[in-house]
Amino acid sequence: MFHKEKSIQLKNSASALYNNLSVLRIAPRRLTYFTVVHANVVNMVSTSWDGLNYSHRQLQSKEPNVATSTSLIMQAAFCALPSRDLLVVSSQKGIQMYESDGSIMVYWHALDTPEAPTAHAVFARGISAVSDNYICVGVSSGAVLVFDVPSKGSNITLSEVLEEHKEAITDIASECSGSQEFLANLVTADDGGNLCVWKSGEEFQLLNKIPGLDMTCSSVKLWKGTVLAGYGTGQIRLYEAVTGILHAEVNAHARWIYSLDIAPFSGLLLSAAEDSFVRVWHLSITPETNSVEIAHLHNECVTDTQICGAKFCDGDGYAFAVTGYDLSEIIRYVQS
Amino acid sequence: MSVRTLPLVFINLGGEMLYILDQRLRALNTSEDQSETVLNDVVGTMFSKSFMDELLKPQQLYSHRTMKTVLTRLAHSSIMRLNPASMDRLYELMIMAFKYQVLLSPRPRDLLLISYNHLDAARAFVRDTPAVLNQVDETHRKIIEVYSRLSDGEFQLLRQTLLTFLQDVHTRVSVFLKNQIQNPSGRFVLMTSGPVPAGVDVPGLIRTFDPRGREVGRSEFPPGGTYSGSVGEGSFELSGDRVLRLGQNLYQAERPEETQTSSTPGTQLDRTNPLAKEELNLLARLMGCMKAGSVPAAAPRFRISLFPSDPEEEEEGGAPAEQAAIFQVINIQAVQDEEAASALARIAGQFTDEEAELENPSGSKGDDLLAMMDDL
Repeated sequence: MFHKEKSIQLKNSASALYNNLSVLRIAPRRLTYFTVVHANVVNMVSTSWDGLNYSHRQLQSKEPNVATSTSLIMQAAFCALPSRDLLVVSSQKGIQMYESDGSIMVYWHALDTPEAPTAHAVFARGISAVSDNYICVGVSSGAVLVFDVPSKGSNITLSEVLEEHKEAITDIASECSGSQEFLANLVTADDGGNLCVWKSGEEFQLLNKIPGLDMTCSSVKLWKGTVLAGYGTGQIRLYEAVTGILHAEVNAHARWIYSLDIAPFSGLLLSAAEDSFVRVWHLSITPETNSVEIAHLHNECVTDTQICGAKFCDGDGYAFAVTGYDLSEIIRYVQS
Repeated sequence: MSVRTLPLVFINLGGEMLYILDQRLRALNTSEDQSETVLNDVVGTMFSKSFMDELLKPQQLYSHRTMKTVLTRLAHSSIMRLNPASMDRLYELMIMAFKYQVLLSPRPRDLLLISYNHLDAARAFVRDTPAVLNQVDETHRKIIEVYSRLSDGEFQLLRQTLLTFLQDVHTRVSVFLKNQIQNPSGRFVLMTSGPVPAGVDVPGLIRTFDPRGREVGRSEFPPGGTYSGSVGEGSFELSGDRVLRLGQNLYQAERPEETQTSSTPGTQLDRTNPLAKEELNLLARLMGCMKAGSVPAAAPRFRISLFPSDPEEEEEGGAPAEQAAIFQVINIQAVQDEEAASALARIAGQFTDEEAELENPSGSKGDDLLAMMDDL
């Protein structure tokens, strides 16, 4: 169903972090951007669709105007808004937002770091754009920061802080079907596996809380009103977002899941875990009849590698890319 | 990232150091008395209350240079002296063993079981010295107290922090290559078969439910690997069957070549970034906790070349410069904190004194042992 294509070489290896691969497709310029985090550096590769041109850039996590030690990055993700695309980088020190090609930093938000180290780590993790003008970023305290992003310029402001989670945020996702018919358009997940479902707006509204079973939800997606959640137990669960009804449970992997992704036009789901496997599934969701089905399609094994990132390269799921801990390449697969 | 890594780093790296020292001392036919003294001294220093208390404070994990400096001091807390080449090789072995354990840990929480395997072994080494045995027990109790509170998510963060620290190191170790847990490329073998971790279901099942939660459908898919059910969870108590074998002694065999290593090109465990102020402070505090006075200065020390010198390494011009660099760098750093600077100057001074001692081994006992080393 899929076969391996030529890998993209990286300047350094991928770190073991959840959701450690982000992809942005720029159709007008026939380019695709990839970002992979290595410790305190974001590796960016821009590839032309004809496969002939590659260019690399590295962004370091450093707060501007302060000379201290560099800090470790937890996640780098592209946020595609109707008016602009931004690259958001979340680290131990704060949140940086860049133009999507990494050329200019347009915004910096420092996390409140206490003077003396506390018992709990402080960091930002979990990044998603939602509706037309918001970017949400999670924090280790469980808070979710909501930033209001104007259509251009650097006048980005912190609009709201959502304080519903008590444990560190792991991942955040927005409704990606493209349809406006779904009430809920944001889901946030934490270290305890708890999921919060929201409706965005000037004031975000909490629609539902789905309790976790003390098992980390490391990666989450929202499609056609259904939450897809990947857990440390290797399970994937499908919940109806607004009601919390469990539709399906898959014993998908033998180790901790690190990444889930959806191809919204075709309903393909990608799951990747520390067990070296990437699996492709097919989702059929008919909200009207409340029917949700998931079928397994394909496996790929990346030998001797704990996978940390897997993303489709396009909305149909024609191709996907994979990163692994200690691996200095982005492996690509294409439908046969 | 995680602020709880240091105690586990030292227990596991230190634990590996004990295994290697024990194996090398036996391979070099060192007397039972001397071996026991060396191991007791190292365990005693590693598990000293002040050292452990310092490690247990929430703080970041720093660079390899800091870890190596502290571990060198640890190794020298006994009557044994290691030359810089031996220390480099020892550190590489410790790091690769630890990397293997962290990577293959079935669940992040199993890092504790791995640490407990090391603690159990340390106990066995010092079972005839009640005072030191007590220190190990005390440390174990504190570890249980601090770490039982962590959630699985926090353990995974801890593990991710350790994996970042251990990233890009692919030194090949002969005992790992021989046991086929490492590939010739230096990467570890990850099996897609065997028992799943405790709490995880064997992959392959899809279940669907109706809105009332009743199962309405069940189907299977091929998982690609051959998995079996979990073998159960090991004991997280002070003693008990840990079940997990990671963290146990891999060097039981007598043969000296078990501990041979060869670096893959590009491996650099001593990056020349300036040490951050916080890092220097930590280093000063940790070194301060390891009192130099525990072993009388006049006691006969014996010099060891732990590993047979590899002709390959002799040719690499870089090696001697790196060994010298680790001591020079500490002197050169511009440090704003006066206290840290003077503490470090004192520490650096100790190293240079010991270097001088190596040139002039004292006592006939030292000479005999040296002669023995040269014969190997």
